[in-house]
Order: sequence, then C-alpha cells, then structure tokens
Amino acid sequence: ANTSLSGRRQYTTHSQLPEEHQMIYEMCRNFANEELAPNAGEWDQKHAFPTEAITHMAELGLMGINVPGEYGGSELDALAYAIAMEEISRGCASAGVIMSAHNSLYLWPIQEFGTPEQKEKWVAPYAQPVKEDGTLNIGCFGLSEPGNGSDAGAASTTATPSEDGSEWIINGTKAWITNAHESSAAVIFATTDKSLKHKGISAFVVPLDAEGFSLGAKEDKLGIRASSTSNLIFDNVRIPKENLLGNEGDGFKIAMKTLDGGRIGVAGQAVGIASASIDCAANYALERVAFGKPIAALQSIQNKISAMSVARDSSRLLMWRAAMLKDAGVKYTKEAAMAKLSASEASTMCSHQAIQVLGGMGYVSDMPAERHYRDARITEIYEGTSEIQHLVIAGDVLKEYKG
Amino acid sequence: IFGYSKSIRSVLKFSYHKHSTMSINKVLVGVKRVVDYAVKIRVSPDKSGVDLSNVKMSMNPFCEIAVEEAVRLKEAKKAGEVIAVSIGPKQCSETLRTALAMGCDRAIHVTTDLRTDYMQLQPLATAQLFQKVAEAEQPDLVLMGKQGIDSDAGQTGPMLAALLGWPQATFAAKVEPVGDGLVVERETDSGTETISIPKLPAVVTCDLRLNEPRYATLPNIMKAKKKKVDVMDAAEMGVDLTAKNEVLEVYDPPPRKEGIVVGSVDELVDKLKNEAGLIQ
Repeated sequence: ANTSLSGRRQYTTHSQLPEEHQMIYEMCRNFANEELAPNAGEWDQKHAFPTEAITHMAELGLMGINVPGEYGGSELDALAYAIAMEEISRGCASAGVIMSAHNSLYLWPIQEFGTPEQKEKWVAPYAQPVKEDGTLNIGCFGLSEPGNGSDAGAASTTATPSEDGSEWIINGTKAWITNAHESSAAVIFATTDKSLKHKGISAFVVPLDAEGFSLGAKEDKLGIRASSTSNLIFDNVRIPKENLLGNEGDGFKIAMKTLDGGRIGVAGQAVGIASASIDCAANYALERVAFGKPIAALQSIQNKISAMSVARDSSRLLMWRAAMLKDAGVKYTKEAAMAKLSASEASTMCSHQAIQVLGGMGYVSDMPAERHYRDARITEIYEGTSEIQHLVIAGDVLKEYKG
Repeated sequence: IFGYSKSIRSVLKFSYHKHSTMSINKVLVGVKRVVDYAVKIRVSPDKSGVDLSNVKMSMNPFCEIAVEEAVRLKEAKKAGEVIAVSIGPKQCSETLRTALAMGCDRAIHVTTDLRTDYMQLQPLATAQLFQKVAEAEQPDLVLMGKQGIDSDAGQTGPMLAALLGWPQATFAAKVEPVGDGLVVERETDSGTETISIPKLPAVVTCDLRLNEPRYATLPNIMKAKKKKVDVMDAAEMGVDLTAKNEVLEVYDPPPRKEGIVVGSVDELVDKLKNEAGLIQ
C-alpha cells in the first residue's frame, strides 16, 4: 500500500497541528476545563448522565464530528476527532465515552455503509442531535452479548425474515451497551444465516421504541459511572426490511471496520485520562511539602512523572498516526490497535501512579485521582480487550514477514 | 396593471427599509493578543519587561466579551457586518481566526513586530492605528475590551473616541441599541450608571459582566478558514509608532506577607495606625 504520509508535514506536537486542529484543541480544552472537570466528580458520585453538558457538546458540533455537512455534521477528520476526544475525556471520561460511542460506533457505520435514505433517517437527526424540545437523539452499538464479547463471530442474536418478507424479526440480548438508557436508535448485529458462521451475521439499525424491545437494568460499574451501560433485550422486535445495513452477511466486516475507528476514539479517551492523571500528580507534587521541600524535588516522584509522560506522549503519537492513516484513506487496523493498546495501558499506569504521588489524598474523593483510576480500567477491556489487540497487531505484523 | 403592481411593491420595499430599526450597519471589534490569563508570568532578569518567550498567548478576555457582544447584536439583527481588528505580530492571525470562528464576518490584521504590552507600542499609537482603520471602514460602532490584561492601561478605547471625535461609553455591563443610538449601563466603583448615546457612531469598551463569551462551534471553526483577513503594515499607515512613555523598570510585587491574628480591636487599631500607617 502506498503510505501517503511522505511529503506531508509531520504533526508531533500540538503547536505543529494545522490551524483548525489547534482551534479545536483550544476550544475542547477550555470547554473541558470550565464545563466538565468541575462537575465530573458529582456526576460520577450520582451516576448521573450529564445531559446539559452533552447538549452543549452537541451544540458545539462534537456529537457529529466526522459526519458530512449535508447530514448535519461538523465534517472534520479523524485527527480532529482524536484531539477532541482527548481533551473532552481529560475533563470527564464519561462524557468522552458518551461522545465516542455515539460518533464512532453508531454514526460511523451508518454513514459508511448506509443508503442515502438510511443516512437521512438515522444519521442526520443524530449528527445534530438536539431536538426541537431540547432533548437529545443518542445512538448506541450492540455487538457484545452475554455469551460472547471477544468471540464476536458467535452472535446468538438472530434476525429472521417475516412471513411476507417485509420485515426482519430480531430476537436476543446484547450486553454491555454504552448509552443504552439514553439511546433512541441502535446499530446491532444479528445472525441471519447460522450455517455461514461469522459470515452469516448482518447489521441492522433498530429504533428503540419498537415493540418487543426493552432495556436491562443499568450496570453498577467501577468507573465511567455517568454513562449508562446495560443490556438491550429484543423479543420478537420487528423492523422494516430497509433497516438492513449493508448487505446480508456483511455484519462481521462492518463491525470490525467500525471498531478500527472506535479504537482511535477509545485511545483518545485513555490518553485524556492519562493526561488528567499527570496534571493532577504534577500540580500536587509542586505544592505538597515533605522533607522540607515540595515532593516534586524528590527523584522518586520525578521518575514517576517522567514515566507517566513518556507513556502518555507515546500513546498520543500512536493515536495521531492511526488517525492520520485513516484520513489518508489507507489501512490502519494495526496502527489503531496499537494506539488503543498503548493508550489504555498508559491510562491505567498513569492513574495508578497519580494515586501513588498523592499518597493518602489519592485514595479519597476530594481529589480526582481515584476517579481517574476507576475510569481508566475499562479502556483495557472494551472495544477489544488488550488480548484481542495483541492478536490483531501480531496478525498484521507476522503477515508482513510471511509475505 | 402588472407593471403598476410591481412599482407599488418596490415603493413598499423602499419604505420598509426606511423604517428599519438597524442603525448599526458595521461594527469594528478590537481584539488583542495577550499573555494567557492563566500563565504565571516571570520578569526578565534585567527587569526590562516580562519574559514572553514560549509563553502561551490568547485573546484578551475583555476582547472576547467585545466579540461576543458584536456577534449577539448581529444575531439579533441589530447590527450588520462585524469586522475583527488586531494589531500585532504574525501570530495575531490566530487571534483573528478565533474571532472569526466566534462569528465575525471578516478581519483586518495590522502587522507589527513591536511589543504590544506597553513596552513598545503604546495606547496612543494603537488608538491612532485604529483611527486609520475606522476612517477607512466607516463603522457605526467600535467595540473594544475595557483594558488589556497585559498593560492594564484601559486607554485605547477612550483615546480612539477622542481622536475620532465620537461619543464613548466605557466599562459597559449592558449595551442596548435604542433609536439611532445606544443606552449603555456602565460599571463604576460606586455602582452602575446608565447613559444614553443619542446618535451613533460611538466607541464602547466592554467590562466583565456584559456577557459570557461563547465557545466556537466546530462548524464555525471550519467556516472561519474561508473568511477574509486583510493585512496591512502598521509602519505604512502614517502613524508615529514610537513610544511616548519610557518604561523604567518592571519588577515583581513584594511577596504577600503572612497575616497575623490580633487579640483585640485596640491591637488592630494600633497596628493599622503604627505599622500599616493606614489611619492617622
């Protein structure tokens, strides 16, 4: 493949970014500092969906960031998305996952594989999602099931054609669905031909006000508690034939391609949590006095700050690389997996060490370090566990050697 | 009959415009690129000024408020074209791009590499440069921040009004277009004062409580790319740019001393009298 990065300016620091990306970075950063960070602790404690903040983010164009203008989106590239995800998540990791699931997992597959009618119906009202009455159109993505997470090819949710062929009938349960309780539509994956195994899975857009649909109870999670997570339960839910996304049997491929882009989003969330942890630890270290001086003067602390910064910066560069490859239109599966793997491990390491730097203060809710620690943990699990990322990366790397 | 109806329609259209309430066709907004408000600034070792190397710069917060007010007037259809104007180095284009992303229609960049934090380019020359721009653009209203957070001079707006011979209202906490002029609520140390400017054009400087500036939306950030920015060289505008005041020294304020708890009111009075020298 022709990597079209040669001859292009390399973006390695925020000040090297194109002007628009710098403005997006500044805007998201200010917004996160002013509207998200001061409230994130309260939202976490109350497990409260931050409706006002998400509405404000929607009005700023963050909830349809990569959707073309003709469908009401902000028409920005993957690099802008990565930058925005990091800054928003730095303020509140829950706001980050809400934004990421909506953009990468719900909007992207319909935008990429949908018909113009499907885009008109399911993308446009969700890219500029604030309705006339002020409520939000949020979407979600249903791939995982109680019986299979990493084993995505074993979907036991089924979609069978109705007697007259005008509808699909969906039966089954999807598990661990982000935004479940706030969503009015979902992209879900169901088996249409069991004999074809993973090639017999198809993708569908399902309105969540359909008869036979119900939500499971909200999961009581360790972190990202302002975002709702629950089961989607389909009991003979009928959807029009036209709600098939792509062709029959394309479902697995659609899911995998969607997750590639989703991994850039989650990498952004993880880098944001890492950055928030470093901010917390560094500021504290410069103020906290022990042994007669600020603890920032002590080598033990300096070693931690350094290790955290290297992990965060390298993850950010991997993320920007994946985003730029996606924008250049070349295959970026391996790079996206690397970014997500690296960033998620960086976020758990940085938040762990931030608590260590803060000592006792890191263990109580007065400081955000404990929340970053809890928020970080999921990033190594969802949108492909670290173990799956290793398989994806190794597969691509070894293929290069096999020739 | 068709021709007759058409001419009636055009007469009606003409009357509608005549009675339109929009007397602010064009607004100039001054935006200054200053040290970001959150930066902990350091004085350079030779005490000649603050050290600006590698320091984060942003739009002056009071200028943000001025831009927001101008854009709100435009959105309420009480003003027409909004033009952002900035004086400073190449990087002012970023400041102007932010103003465009907030909703200004176009921008004017007066370039100079002179320091604009009072060290070289000072309020009088700044006001004179703005005067040149205003004379060329013929705005109905000039909005500026009340002061730059770097120089804290607060002089450019009033000086500009005097140079142009226009009325002025400073420290505006509320601006209301009324008839052919404005009603402005001003914040003073002794309370709010409401004044009327019966007829435009005028200069208004903006204070903190006037509004809360918006975040630029992503679509507007992208649209800002396509908006026009005219560039002109400050040295070629027929204004004497040399500083009229000489800055002798820049130093840190003395570090705040720790407070103490006094045992009685008498002790307090004694300290105020004999230590702080605040009462006779």
